[in-house]
Amino acid sequence: MPGTLRHRLHEAFVRWALRVRPPEPAPIILTQRRVYVLPTRAGLAYAAALGVILLGAMNYNLSLGHALVFLLAGLGIVAILHTFRNIALVSIRPGRCEPVFAGSSAQFDLVLENQRPDARTSLRLFLDDQAPIEVDIGPHTSTTAALHVPATKRGWLPLSRLTIETTWPLGLVRAWSYAVPDMNCLIYPAPAAKAPPLPWHGESAGGSTRDGNGADDFSGLRKHQEADSPHHVAWKAVARQHDGPLLTKLFSGASAQQLWLEWNDLPAALDTEQRLSILARWMIDAEAAGFAWGLRMPALRLAPDNGPTQLGAGLRALALHGSQ
Amino acid sequence: MARSNRPVSRRQAWWLLATALAAFLPLTPQLPLWLSLAAGAAFSWRAALTWWQWRLPPRWLLVLLVVAGTAGVLMQYRTILGRTPGIALLVVFLGLKLLELRTARDAVATALLCYFLVLGQFLFTQTIPTALLAAMTVLITTATLLAASDDRPSPRQQIRRAGLMLGQALPFMLLLFLLFPRVQGPLWGIPQDRFSAVSGVSDTMAPGSIAQLSQSDAIAFRVQFKGEVPPQSQLYWRGPVMPAFDGRSWRVAQTRGAYSEIPYPGIGQPVDYEVTLEPHGKFWLFSLELPASLPPESGLTSDYQPVARQAVRNRMRYAQRAWPEAIAGANETPGILRDALALPKGGNPRTRAISEGWRAQHGNDGAAILAAAEDLFNRQLLIYTLNPPLLGADMVDEFLFDTKRGFCEHFAAAFVFALRAAGVPARVVAGYQGGEVNPVDGFLVVRQYDAHAWTEVWIAGRGWMRVDPTAISAPSRINSNLAAAVPSGEPLPFLARGDLAWLKELRNRLDAVTNGWNQWVLGYNPQRQRDLLASLGMTEPDWRSMTAVLSVLCGAVMLGLTGWILRNRMRVDPALAAWRRFTARLARHGVAWRPWEGPQAFAERAAVQIPAQAQTIREIAELYARLRYGPTPQLPDLAQLKMKIAAFKP
Repeated sequence: MPGTLRHRLHEAFVRWALRVRPPEPAPIILTQRRVYVLPTRAGLAYAAALGVILLGAMNYNLSLGHALVFLLAGLGIVAILHTFRNIALVSIRPGRCEPVFAGSSAQFDLVLENQRPDARTSLRLFLDDQAPIEVDIGPHTSTTAALHVPATKRGWLPLSRLTIETTWPLGLVRAWSYAVPDMNCLIYPAPAAKAPPLPWHGESAGGSTRDGNGADDFSGLRKHQEADSPHHVAWKAVARQHDGPLLTKLFSGASAQQLWLEWNDLPAALDTEQRLSILARWMIDAEAAGFAWGLRMPALRLAPDNGPTQLGAGLRALALHGSQ
Repeated sequence: MARSNRPVSRRQAWWLLATALAAFLPLTPQLPLWLSLAAGAAFSWRAALTWWQWRLPPRWLLVLLVVAGTAGVLMQYRTILGRTPGIALLVVFLGLKLLELRTARDAVATALLCYFLVLGQFLFTQTIPTALLAAMTVLITTATLLAASDDRPSPRQQIRRAGLMLGQALPFMLLLFLLFPRVQGPLWGIPQDRFSAVSGVSDTMAPGSIAQLSQSDAIAFRVQFKGEVPPQSQLYWRGPVMPAFDGRSWRVAQTRGAYSEIPYPGIGQPVDYEVTLEPHGKFWLFSLELPASLPPESGLTSDYQPVARQAVRNRMRYAQRAWPEAIAGANETPGILRDALALPKGGNPRTRAISEGWRAQHGNDGAAILAAAEDLFNRQLLIYTLNPPLLGADMVDEFLFDTKRGFCEHFAAAFVFALRAAGVPARVVAGYQGGEVNPVDGFLVVRQYDAHAWTEVWIAGRGWMRVDPTAISAPSRINSNLAAAVPSGEPLPFLARGDLAWLKELRNRLDAVTNGWNQWVLGYNPQRQRDLLASLGMTEPDWRSMTAVLSVLCGAVMLGLTGWILRNRMRVDPALAAWRRFTARLARHGVAWRPWEGPQAFAERAAVQIPAQAQTIREIAELYARLRYGPTPQLPDLAQLKMKIAAFKP
């Protein structure tokens, strides 16, 4: 089939064109040898128009017609050089890439650097069959381009092959290059929409007994009552739910109850992905409620704690489950 | 491509409107009024669309307008092929294209259309002002193309960038212009309308036909003499020879290209010159008497008139040599002599009577009859004037004995008639007499008002002799110019007048510039190209060698431009460059620098491996680290680093 043959030829060209086995170490510099130039459709139309003008000039022996054609031909050549220059020697470095949940879109930040004293205009970056984004880079500066990729599966999402192209200034020629920056985005499992309630265990750590409403350790939430101190309102938790009731944080002493999120507690009927997604939901809920929580997985144990670091570590463990 | 589907922005629409106007306005004098008005309406509509951001007209309306415009052009010209109809059609398309600017693709199409219309201007004129105007249009169109791909810069910036790019394109233009293998057109034939309005000496001469030319100061041709310019009275530019007479007008003979080389021997000092002939749509070439060489692609008629194989439809340049003292036709064929004696049966009895008197007195002595005729013209006190009175059926009689006022064609016609009636072969020659040397560039300029007619008389044993009857009555016409010959008060072409010296000076300068333009820009044809290449040492330039030279030169320009455009690609820090030399040298001795290693760590490793040089290696690393990473790099440090590395021999 011609379609697939064309595709395979294109892939073979790209592999040859990349010159480095992908993914490439940073910074990727688009050297002259890996920038390609071909006319655009407008460029072909331009060439055809020049051909017709030349024929007319010859037929009518118009010296100025010849001059016009030759000037425009020179302009075409100059356009090639300008377009080439616009993209050549741009350097690309991976930038930030924040982890996201599966089902949303991952954002890869690429830092494009221009070492020249002139601006580079209208560079377009795109991944296979995705809408291009357009950036300019000022003289001697760098610009960040954010590429969005749909995150469908948990785990590491590598940035696929990137095409960077430009048709500036005249739109008659297209100069382009390929790059595969060494960049991966961590994709957390999507939190389950419907999850069982947080798994409270009756056990208490360290064997101490529950001693009522202390003020040392946070232990849970209940509905806000008029008498509760406004300092103890769980604003964070309130903010996460729409129109929910005000909640008051409950605190207990050092021997407060701890929340353990256990892989093995989940019903045996669930498959791995469902388990991970429920665990992710629990972590988020526990974090929102401000509990200290721990995680027990078949090959991993996370001591109880609370805060963004704990959440990040937990979600990362879920994301990479089974991949090591 | 994603880009070409981008909608045209307001700013881009303004650009497109500007470039369309720039391409269209110079063409308005050539277009019918209704079309100019229609195009103006389309442009105004576009302006309103852009200004108030109205919706574009529906497609069916545009289709309707295209049909209407095409029909209008068809009705105007009865065809849509050819020069003017084609351009009119392009103008229709341009106006309507502006009304359907949707995406960047439409913008590019409009810009290309504008480039096309620039060529359209050249079909009508190729003067310097046209070229300047066209350059402006190209500049604006290029800026529009720039704006079509990035509309953010200000108009000033766009124009500047367009100017820069066109400036960089100039070397290519010059090279291609000079070296691109030229093809002599036409490739498919030129429509007839190209030469409808050229004036010049025609192939018939009736009373008043040359007087009409005298009112025009258009240039007929220019001449550059190799040596000194001959005196004014020698400058007879021989054109069509007219032996056939029907009682009123004179015609050229029907024989063409009788001789392929010069049939008479050269005598005396030759005159070399080069003629640049303006197109006149006829076959003949003007030459000083008598031509000693034939331009390429031409032949000599039986009456020694060089004629081109093809009508002169383009400005033409040819080198020639003349023998002013050559004797032609000493053994003329009886047929030609018979033609040179033919007269209509009746008419002009008074002249015939006088001629018969000469014949009776001198018999076959042509020279004596000629002297008698000259004497008659002298005695009659004829007056040279641009406004001769109208003549009746017996033109020669009326002119010689009644009105006595005439222009050169009257003189020549009467003189030939009188001689023929006396049995001496004679014929009329049309052409130009004189010319004016432009002091600025030294070219002799011959204008239409220098058109003249004189006679050739055949004398046995001597051949054809030039006799100018006008010179007998009005010698100043021949020795100086037209203005001196006609009575004061007669209307004269502006430039023929002698009283406006400063204007003449200005005109001379302008004309010299125009001449240079004609010679080197417009007149640059395959012949000129061969001459140029020959002068550059290419003796037999064919298209292959020309293409090779052209490619090499264009490649060189391109390399130069690439170097300029990619200059300052990556300034390597001199310290880093020196360090690289150093690490390369160490690498050859088995201590390869690893990219992640700091200079000092590397130096330690190298010092262990090459203990003999440990001290130097550490010093170099220290210096380098200070230069690269220190607070303020010191120039002496750099010099020292370079020195140490140069001296370093592991």
